[in-house]
Amino acid sequence: MVMRALKALVARDLALAARVGGSGALSLVFFLMIVAVVPFALGPDLNLLSRIGPAILWLAAVLATLIGLDRLFQADEEDGSLDLMTGAPVPMELVVLAKVLAHWLTTGLPLALAAPLFGLLVALDGTAMAATSLTLLVGTPALTFIGAVGSALTASIRRGGLILAVVVLPLMIPTLIFGVSASEAALGGTVPFTTPLAILAGLTLIAGVVGTVAAAAALRWSE
Amino acid sequence: MRLTAQNLTVRRSGRRIFSDVSFTVDAGEALMVTGRNGAGKSTLLAVLAGRLKPEAGTLTVAGVGEATLPECLHVVGHRDGLKSPLTAEENLAFARDLLGMPTASPRAALEELGLGHALKLPVAYLSAGQRRRVALARLLVCRRPLWLLDEPTAALDVASQGVLSGMMARHRAEGGLVIAATHQALGLDGARELRIEPARPDARASQAAAAGDVWW
Repeated sequence: MVMRALKALVARDLALAARVGGSGALSLVFFLMIVAVVPFALGPDLNLLSRIGPAILWLAAVLATLIGLDRLFQADEEDGSLDLMTGAPVPMELVVLAKVLAHWLTTGLPLALAAPLFGLLVALDGTAMAATSLTLLVGTPALTFIGAVGSALTASIRRGGLILAVVVLPLMIPTLIFGVSASEAALGGTVPFTTPLAILAGLTLIAGVVGTVAAAAALRWSE
Repeated sequence: MRLTAQNLTVRRSGRRIFSDVSFTVDAGEALMVTGRNGAGKSTLLAVLAGRLKPEAGTLTVAGVGEATLPECLHVVGHRDGLKSPLTAEENLAFARDLLGMPTASPRAALEELGLGHALKLPVAYLSAGQRRRVALARLLVCRRPLWLLDEPTAALDVASQGVLSGMMARHRAEGGLVIAATHQALGLDGARELRIEPARPDARASQAAAAGDVWW
């Protein structure tokens, strides 16, 4: 019964993201926009671009994750769906987990999969593309979990999107640091690739536990 | 199932909404919650639904095994819990899968409320009364012993009000409970009335205290 409820939640959020007004492909387009704009600002210096390319992709991924995050719980709070979820025979933590999974499937996963393609825009070579894509795959769940806490805290605030960004972005810094350093370690250097990648994976696991519990607590105590 | 509330007191944002509300609802019984606008009817329903914590008092349910109170009830209120981009059928199927214990199919439930033709329509295209009927159809797609209804007849036409009172009568005959916040007679036979009076006698004092709390 619990699995059925969680499946229904994930399927509903995926359907909503695909419908009119959903944020389905929007974060991917936003990601492309940021990555495409940077070479215009920096000029056509391929060496510079390929050196800072992983950092640009990661920054773009952090900003693109924020798209749609402000509505993650707010939309359900406004229309009363949260009342339904309170009455479901499922703990609020699992509801949060299902919604985070749906959000990641529509933002984090497409970003990680599209990163090699967008890497062309910042002159990344094959190794760097693969490394950045892998770090995004490992690191973006942490971004979504951290964002979910901010989203739950601002669920009952109108126009909470900006507050969300201000609250959440500082907490995303560690993920950003180790994501970028892992991508750059793959290009050579004194640190082996796996060390920052392991720390990144650890950050994702910590964010998964802390984020789920904190977001559920915030939803329970909001009124 | 039997629901007992004892001496419920609720405070929201430092302001006391009501105090010492007690009632008991047994299987097959109905309770009409009345009171003027702003008296706290919807707040009482939010407390019962588990969305607000009472400041004092206890809520106990008996005869439902291990289920908690929020797991025994349906809520239909001003916020209808429907997603506009999804069709009526998808909305009801989601509610059925989420809440468990399915009884009727979304099609059967909608047809009972005279909305069979809206099955495949996005809820965004429906009128206020039709949306309310889709929300009420949720009561039929899965079985829950307690129905919490907040102004259930708002935006409903006369025919739909008749259908609703038929649904409530059948639900009570099967041992269900109905708690409805309302300004109108709902066609609930033998319903008891719980009139919520705002915490008047010490309202000034509590407001002053609240102002004192907030004014730091």
